[in-house]
Amino acid sequence: MDKIAIIIDGKEVEAKAGQTIMETAIAAGIYIPHLCYQEELAPGGHCRVCTVLVNGRPQSSCTHPAAEGMVIDNDTPELLEERRRIIEMLFVEGNHICPFCEKQGNCELQALAYRFGMIVPTLPYLHRKIEVDATHPDVFIDRNRCVLCGRCIRASRDVDGKNVFGFEGRGPQKSIALNTKGALSDTQLDAADKAASICPTGSIVVKRVGYAIPYGKRKFDKEPIGSEIEKAK
Amino acid sequence: MAKPKVATTHMTGCFGCHMSLLDIDERIVDLIQLVDFDKSPINDIKKFTGPVDVGIIEGGVSTQENVEVLRMFRKYCKILVAVGECALTGGIPSLRNTVPLKECVEEAYLKGFTVVDGVIPNDPDIPLLLDRVYPCHEVVKIDYFLPGCPPPADAYWAALTALLEGREPELPYELIKYD
Repeated sequence: MDKIAIIIDGKEVEAKAGQTIMETAIAAGIYIPHLCYQEELAPGGHCRVCTVLVNGRPQSSCTHPAAEGMVIDNDTPELLEERRRIIEMLFVEGNHICPFCEKQGNCELQALAYRFGMIVPTLPYLHRKIEVDATHPDVFIDRNRCVLCGRCIRASRDVDGKNVFGFEGRGPQKSIALNTKGALSDTQLDAADKAASICPTGSIVVKRVGYAIPYGKRKFDKEPIGSEIEKAK
Repeated sequence: MAKPKVATTHMTGCFGCHMSLLDIDERIVDLIQLVDFDKSPINDIKKFTGPVDVGIIEGGVSTQENVEVLRMFRKYCKILVAVGECALTGGIPSLRNTVPLKECVEEAYLKGFTVVDGVIPNDPDIPLLLDRVYPCHEVVKIDYFLPGCPPPADAYWAALTALLEGREPELPYELIKYD
């Protein structure tokens, strides 16, 4: 069967065989909030922001294939609350100090927090001490702002064919590792690589381009993240 | 009827949030028609003259004196509004929270590059530093938060006029920013 009928938030939507719930929703102009999912990359299923209820059971929509007759809840107060919680926890586990971050205004973590109505995290900050690696001449990695979405890993492996990044550790110790015993400058990473520009936050940043767009004209200054998907249809 | 009173203070921040309050430009004339300023760096009144309707707090809590000022504001103000990232999260001063206080002070006053005959200041007039920088709402109850670094002048205007008219402040999307 080529065409699959599913229901998202009460609206009947048509999926193609092999499409995930996320892909189906985007094609139908329905925004399912997401952080680690990126259209150009294979889905990772890491962040759980895109969790929806599939026939009442929570599933990550970026990895879950659409199937005939599925009834999906996406835009509900309970899911919004869960998603805001995830974003809050990411804020307090890292050291996300927006005022001096190069990614401000273009950051997907910040934009999701705006969309979910976070004014200030309700949990206390952990203030972990995390080092910055600025050894590379053109790119730096600041793990203070890393949300462990794994986009850099997937981009480097699948698009750039370099495998510069990987995960190491478990739980609170999990972090982005480099494919070298040395520093970022010892890897094959190039500023033109997909992995150098795919980070949703200010964790992997190309040097000397920060703050180029003035306040008021940045990506998420005027409209919430997801508006482009909702407006497409 | 007497005009409502507004008090403001600055703790561990950069005064940028007060500058942004002044950025409401000529509306400051309208504002002083609406309210009287009590204790505030804007008019340099040092002590509360009595109870105040709205208290505006800029900056995080990093010293013993900050704690005293904040508690005093809570005591005198009916509504307390924390403004700016430092008041809301600790902001840039909270960078020191990843370093133990002793190391931090030693680096600044004893081991720093440019230090000659360093000594850690210990004058009784200098407020003691806290172990780390705290957001205001971890010290006293805060009624409203105005995010931004600084909050835009229009956000001040929208929030203040709503509070003074007894409405719940509702800010449009483009006025809520963390930067």
